[in-house]
Amino acid sequence: MEAAFPSPRHDAFPAGLRVLVVDDDPTWLKILEKMLKKCSYEVTTCGLARDALNLLRERKDGYDIVISDVNMPDMDGFKLLEHVGLEMDLPVIMMSVDGETSRVMKGVQHGACDYLLKPIRMKELRNIWQHVLRKRINEGRDIDSHEVIDGLQMTRSGSDRSDDHFYSGEDVSTGKKRKESENKHDDKDFADHGSSTKKARVVWSVELHQKFVKAVNQIGFDKVGPKRILDLMNVPWLTRENVASHLQKYRLYLSRLQKENDLKTCFGGINPDSASQDPSVSFSSQSSISVSQEDIPNRNFRFSGNDLLAQIANPKVHEVDQQVIVSLPKEEPKRTLIAEVPNQQESRGMKIGFKPSVVPLGPQERFTGGFNSSIPAHYSWRGAPKVPFKEETDPHISLEDPSHLLKSTNSQPNLTGGQRTNSVEYKPLCADHRSNVAQASLVRSQSDLNGVQDKGNMVNYQDIQPIPVGSSSIRGQVFDLASLPASQPANGNLSSISRSPFRPSSEDLQIRWLQDDPLSANLGFQNSEFSGYSDPCLVAEVPIHLYDALRFDYEQFVDPTECSIIDHGLFIT
Amino acid sequence: MSGFHGHSQPPAMAVLDQLLRQYVEYMESLRRESILDDQFTQLQKLQDESNPDFIDEVITLFFQDSERLICSMGTALAKRNVDYKQVDDDVHQLKGSSSSIGAARVKNLCVFFRDCCEAKNLEKCYRCLQEVQQECVLLKNKLNTLFMLQKQIVAAGGSIPVD
Repeated sequence: MEAAFPSPRHDAFPAGLRVLVVDDDPTWLKILEKMLKKCSYEVTTCGLARDALNLLRERKDGYDIVISDVNMPDMDGFKLLEHVGLEMDLPVIMMSVDGETSRVMKGVQHGACDYLLKPIRMKELRNIWQHVLRKRINEGRDIDSHEVIDGLQMTRSGSDRSDDHFYSGEDVSTGKKRKESENKHDDKDFADHGSSTKKARVVWSVELHQKFVKAVNQIGFDKVGPKRILDLMNVPWLTRENVASHLQKYRLYLSRLQKENDLKTCFGGINPDSASQDPSVSFSSQSSISVSQEDIPNRNFRFSGNDLLAQIANPKVHEVDQQVIVSLPKEEPKRTLIAEVPNQQESRGMKIGFKPSVVPLGPQERFTGGFNSSIPAHYSWRGAPKVPFKEETDPHISLEDPSHLLKSTNSQPNLTGGQRTNSVEYKPLCADHRSNVAQASLVRSQSDLNGVQDKGNMVNYQDIQPIPVGSSSIRGQVFDLASLPASQPANGNLSSISRSPFRPSSEDLQIRWLQDDPLSANLGFQNSEFSGYSDPCLVAEVPIHLYDALRFDYEQFVDPTECSIIDHGLFIT
Repeated sequence: MSGFHGHSQPPAMAVLDQLLRQYVEYMESLRRESILDDQFTQLQKLQDESNPDFIDEVITLFFQDSERLICSMGTALAKRNVDYKQVDDDVHQLKGSSSSIGAARVKNLCVFFRDCCEAKNLEKCYRCLQEVQQECVLLKNKLNTLFMLQKQIVAAGGSIPVD
């Protein structure tokens, strides 16, 4: 444990802030974790949006803020953002390496409280607590910031209500603080909605949300306002502010649904029969919306508050988004699947009030296998063994791009048959200073390539070096089609060639360089880069195990049988 | 730079000195050539006693990821009907992870690569892929050299300068 990272309960806010980081990039996840820990935050990391949602739902009050990347394999980051906002009402920060204004705007529109550009700096992370504070303050305007901070402390420390551990170190009048804390002791529930001292986060449970939706529809979506909804809902402890913010999110959510429905109709995927037969298939409150907003010619919009009730009680409930997937024509269900299907378990748990539609899936549409099988999990971090060579496990499909979904159904998974007709000629692209590199490594790799495949690690690595056009035998370029002459040996060797670029191991590489090769070759390589660096003694002295950590083991990554498939596709013209 | 105490140094100091100088020069050259940028320095600052292998681990993760992505791109480009969106997604991911360790050249290549994907220009995409591969290899070699130097510095009793 780091000495510098004290227990959160005893530290002044914002130390101990509980952050959930969601990013499918393992490198970034690790870095962010480290950075956040340096800020004295309590960090939980997640590689998948779905896992993040599960975590959030399991521990409803377990996190203060969520930071998520925009591009996730299993769910669009914006969608996650909405869910978190609606269900947990937590501040969410989006991140991306892509800083296009349109994306940023989209983030803000979906409710992100900030949008960070990668690479992210420490100072940006240090400030994230402001969003937590701001949100609390905004949600209860009659509360001053001290109370909010106290509330945050309270939330964090859970049942630890001792006065001693409260927020200290700032300029708070202790007298007032004591009184507040006593009040909090007394309030078992967050009852006083007018003058609530402890502003705990409202969790919109199923029942609560149902009441909300019912009220909204009773009033009429276009005439709705937080006060009226609140009155109708008749929930004493709920505040107008709670309702207002929930309404805002609800609107966002519905407008997004509408957009998706528009897309759906575009692709003609909606089966009106199935929709109309099944009363549970509906977008709740859509009808009232479509009336009040633009004229959406979508015959599937039907609302019934009771339906919502029934649906939510239905253990087979799925998220609305799924409907979009289901209705698109698909030949490969698994591909379209991965984008959106939620965990079966979570629908049973049902703490979220927001599952307005149920799509009873037919057998062909049962997505559970594909989605819950941790294909994305395999894929994202460790380089799943099968992924590069199999089309089915493709986690990159995003729901937002239906054209992609359609297109994907056309692609053939087989790479055999040598059907590529276009031959792409490779010219070496290496810059001048790297041509030495190519030569140096080329010499060696040529001699080694015909050797034993298993020792190929080093060779393989070399193969990635640029090779001038015209060089006869080795086509180390992974995807260099045309230049592979027909004189290539049979499959056996082919697989060694094809496999080669996928199995570099730097450790082996280093070892080889030091053991087998004259130092000059090694140095020649190095020296071509940096003139000031030509001391042979340096390299000679270095122990064998240079860089233990830099080993990436491709054994698990590449399945030899799959390579041969690639061979056919790539190397036979 | 640590270790420089005067004109007449014990031999060990001289060695350390030279190592440090070489290290600094090497880092500077890497930056000049945009092989690594400031983000890498940020990473170095993050490493501390509680996690002394932090950079090692991060770099390892990066290369695992980048190679997986390069594989995936290659597979996608090799298909009859190339799924440029898929390739683009992969490139985007690579762009993200290269930004994490400060691999500026790789990252910049990705930007261009994405344009080629958007243009659905197969040949250009292949070239980009090739270049990306080369850059990753180059980066790996450079990092290895860098880490070699670091180990030598530490072995000689010095500490790695992080500006």
